[in-house]
Amino acid sequence: MFKSTDRKVFHDDKELAQVTKHSPVKYPYRLNFYDRPPLYDVTVEEFETCALDRLRILAEIESSAARNRSWEELKTVTNKQCTNHLPLQTTGTQELLESQRRKDHLGHFVLRLAFCRSEDLRRRFIKAESTLFRIRYDGDNTEERQLFLNSRDFNWIPVDAAEKSKYRRELLASYSGSKNESVREQAFDTERYYKVKWTRVPDLVEKRKVFLKAGWAYVPGKEQSSIVFQEFEVHLAKALELTARSLPRLDEDSRLVPILDNLSQGFLAGVPSEWSGSGEAINGDEIKAEMVDDLAKRHFPLCMRSMHDNLRRDHHLKHFGRLNYGLFLKVLGLSIEEAVVFWRKSFDRITDDKFNKEYKYNIRHSYGLEGKRANYAAKSCQQLLTSGPSDHGCPYRHFSLENLQTALLSTYSSRGLTSADLPEIVATVKAGHYHVACTRVFEMTHSSFGVKKGEGTGGGESITHPNQYAAKSMELYKVQQDSAEKMLVE
Amino acid sequence: MAVKEAVDTSPEVMLAFYRRLYPFKSLFNWLNHEHAPTRRFTHREFAFTLQGDVYLRYNSFNTAEELKKQVCQLNPTRFEIGPVYSARPKDKKTVRPGMFTPLQRELVFDIDMTDYDPVRTCCSGADICRRCWAFISAAVQVLHTSIREQFGYENLLWVYSGRRGIHLWISDKEAMELTDDQRKALVSWMTVIHGGQESSKKLNVRLNARSLPASLQTAVEHLATIFPEVVLSDQNLFASEDGYEALLEQIPDSQVVTSLRKTWSANPSRSSEDKWLDLKAQAKKFEKGSSQRTNLTAAMEDIILHYTYPRIDAEVSKHRNHLLKAPFCVHPKTGRVCVPVDPLHIDEFNPESVPTVGQLLKELDTAGRSEGEVGEHHSDWEKTSLKPYVDILDKHALRLMEQVRLEKREQDVSW
Ligand SMILES: [Zn+2]
Repeated sequence: MFKSTDRKVFHDDKELAQVTKHSPVKYPYRLNFYDRPPLYDVTVEEFETCALDRLRILAEIESSAARNRSWEELKTVTNKQCTNHLPLQTTGTQELLESQRRKDHLGHFVLRLAFCRSEDLRRRFIKAESTLFRIRYDGDNTEERQLFLNSRDFNWIPVDAAEKSKYRRELLASYSGSKNESVREQAFDTERYYKVKWTRVPDLVEKRKVFLKAGWAYVPGKEQSSIVFQEFEVHLAKALELTARSLPRLDEDSRLVPILDNLSQGFLAGVPSEWSGSGEAINGDEIKAEMVDDLAKRHFPLCMRSMHDNLRRDHHLKHFGRLNYGLFLKVLGLSIEEAVVFWRKSFDRITDDKFNKEYKYNIRHSYGLEGKRANYAAKSCQQLLTSGPSDHGCPYRHFSLENLQTALLSTYSSRGLTSADLPEIVATVKAGHYHVACTRVFEMTHSSFGVKKGEGTGGGESITHPNQYAAKSMELYKVQQDSAEKMLVE
Repeated sequence: MAVKEAVDTSPEVMLAFYRRLYPFKSLFNWLNHEHAPTRRFTHREFAFTLQGDVYLRYNSFNTAEELKKQVCQLNPTRFEIGPVYSARPKDKKTVRPGMFTPLQRELVFDIDMTDYDPVRTCCSGADICRRCWAFISAAVQVLHTSIREQFGYENLLWVYSGRRGIHLWISDKEAMELTDDQRKALVSWMTVIHGGQESSKKLNVRLNARSLPASLQTAVEHLATIFPEVVLSDQNLFASEDGYEALLEQIPDSQVVTSLRKTWSANPSRSSEDKWLDLKAQAKKFEKGSSQRTNLTAAMEDIILHYTYPRIDAEVSKHRNHLLKAPFCVHPKTGRVCVPVDPLHIDEFNPESVPTVGQLLKELDTAGRSEGEVGEHHSDWEKTSLKPYVDILDKHALRLMEQVRLEKREQDVSW
C-alpha cells in the first residue's frame, strides 16, 4: 500500500540532523525518557514497522491487566516479546546497540502520533509505556541505571544529615525493612533521603511509605524509583498533549494518516498479525475440501466455526461471510482447486450453472486469479471486530451474552470447556477485552495439549488473527500426533 | 431529644431566602479568588435540584448576579458546586468531547454521622445530638491539623452540612490542581477506617515494626485526650455485652481477653471507664519493654483510632468532578442553613443552634418593620443571625483574594 520512498517524517532541521549524526554515541543509555524527537530521515516503511513492533508489546502489556497477570508474569512475557520484536540489549557492539535504541526511540515517537488523539488513548498509552519503562528499569543493572539517573535532573532535594536526624523518629516509623528492629535501624542509618513535592510520589503517599511535612515527601533511596516512574508518566502526558495540539499539521500527509488510524486500532484487538496465504499448508499436509468439517471442529476459533456451522445449516453464506471465511480457508492452506470443490459441495441446493456464474468468479478472485489479481490477506481480529454487528464479525463482540454462552458451550464442550468456565469469559467480554476472551477459550480448549492459563499461543501471545488461532491449534495437534506415532514405532 | 418544630422549606420560603438572604457575592468571591470573573467562576459547574427531584447539570454563569437570577428563577431545593472545566459547562454540548475536561476543583471532604452508627449509642441514622457531634468535632480537629501540617494547605473552609455532617473545602492553588490519582492517594493516606468495615475488624495501619506512622502518632495523641469523655463516658460504648465483646476482639492477647471477659461478665455493672482501666491494668502487669506490653499498648492505640479517628467518605474526595452542596444552601428536612464553621471552636458548635430559614425570615421581618423600609435587598443577611457565618466566608474569601493579588504582583515584578 505504501511505497518505500525516502521521506522526512519528523522535523527537517538539517543542521541538527547533521550534528546528531556525527556525534559519537547517540544513545548512551538503554533507558530513554524520550525527551527529543527523532531528527532524521525515515522511510514510511521503517516508520510503520518500528511502530507495529512496539505496539505488539504495548498491546500485550495492556491485555495483561485483563488477564490478571502478576508483575513477575508480566515481566517474563514482556521480556520475551521484547526479545522477539524489540530487543534492547545492555551489551553488544556499539552498532547493534545504537540500532536497537534507534528503533526503540523511533517506535515510541510514531506511537505518540497515533495515540495522542483522544484522552482515552493517551491514558492507555501512558500506562502501557510506563509499564514497559518499569520493566526495563527493573532489568537494568545498577551501574547502568545510576548513570542514566545521573544524566537527568530529577529535581529532588537531598536531605542533609542534620535534617535526617531532626526527623529521625518520623522517618524511621515509615521505613520498611527487616522485622528485626536493629537490622532495620542499621539499614535506615545508611539510607539516603530525598525531598520532593508529595504530588510527585502519590503511590508512596497512598501506602504511607513516606514521611510528609508541609507538602514535602521524604523519600528513602530505595523508593527513589517511584519518583522516576512518576516523572516518566507526567513527562509523557505533557508531551502527548503538546503533540495532540500540533497534530493537525501532520494530518495533511495523506500517507501517514491511514497508518496512524490503523495503529490506534491496534489497542482494541492487539496488533494484527499478517497471515499471508502462501498457498501451502502450514503443517505440510495439503488440505482437502472434505477435511474442512473435521478441522473446523478441532481447530477453528469461534468466529470461523460459527460461519462454518451457518454454512452447513443454511447451505449458503452471505457475501461478507463467504469473503471472510473463504480468505481464512485460503490462508489455512486450501488450494484454489480444493476451494472450488469445497464451496460447490457446500452450496448443494443450487445448479452448476448458477454456481459457476455467481460464485466461482468470486472464489477465483479472492485467490488473485481474476480482476485485479491482488493477493488478498485473510481478515485479522481487528478487522472482524470493527466490521459492525453481523454474523460474520467477532462473536465475542457481536453476539449477545446469552447467545455467546450458548455458542461457546455447544461449540467447545467436546473440547473440554464447561459452564464453570463461562463466568470468566463473560466478565472479560463485558470489560471489552474480546481478544483476551478468545485467547482464554483457546487456552481452556487446549489444556489437554499442555497449554496453561496465560500462555496464549505461546510465550503469552494473545490471539490477534483467526488463522493464528487455527495454525497454533493444528500445530499442537500435530506435535501430539507425531510423538504418539514415535512411541508406537520405537 | 428535642421536640421537632414544624419545618417550613416551602417554595415561597426558599424563594424569599434566595432573594433576600443568600450571600451570592460572598460565594462568588470564594470560588473566584478575584474581583473580576475568572475561569474559576465562569467555567464552573453548578447543578440544581428542583422541586420534585429534577436534577439540572452543567449550568454555568458569568457573574454572581447571573447565578442569583437563575437561582431565583428555578428556585431549587438546593444547588451543588462542581469543578472548573476546560470550557464553559453550559457549552458542553457544542464543544468537542475531548475539550471538555475538569481542570480544577477544591479538594473536598465529607464526614457524615451515619458512618459513626457502629460507634454511637445516643442516636442513629439521621438523628444527631450534641453528644454524638463530639465525634465530628474530633474528626475536624484531626483533619484540620493533618492537612495543614502534612500537606501544607492553608485555605480550609469547614461547612456544616445542615443535618448530620460536615464538609471541608480546600482552595489552595496546589490543592485545586490535584489530579484524581493524587486525590485518591491523599484520601488513602488519611483513611484508617474503611467504609462498610465491620466494627470489630482490626486496623491495619502499622507499616512494619510496632510503631505507628508519624501522622497517625500525632493523631492518636490528640484523640487519646478526648477518648475517655466521648467514648467511655458519653457513649458508654463498652457497657453492653455486644459493646465489650467488640472491644475484646481488638485485643491480640488471648489470655488477657479470657481474663477480662470473666471479670466483665461477672460484673455487669462495670462502666466503660472501669473496663478501660481494667485493660490498662492488664497491660501494666507485663514488664515495660516486653513484647506483650508493647502489643497491648499498640492495640489500645488502635482502639482509640478505631472509635474516634475521622471517618471519611472517600468517594466524595477522589474525583474532581464530584458535586458537593454549596455552602448556605438549606437542608430540606431540617430547614437549617449550611453555615461555615470555625474549626478552632468546633467543640463549642451546636448544630441545633444553627439558624433555620424560617427563623431568619422572621428576623428579617422584625428588622424591616423597625426600620420601616421596603425595596430591593442586597445584603439583608447583615440584619439577621446569619451574619457571623457570612463573615466567616467573607474573611476566608478575602484571604484567598489577597494571596492571588500578592502572587500577581510578584509575577509583575519578576519580569
Ligand atoms: Zn447523639
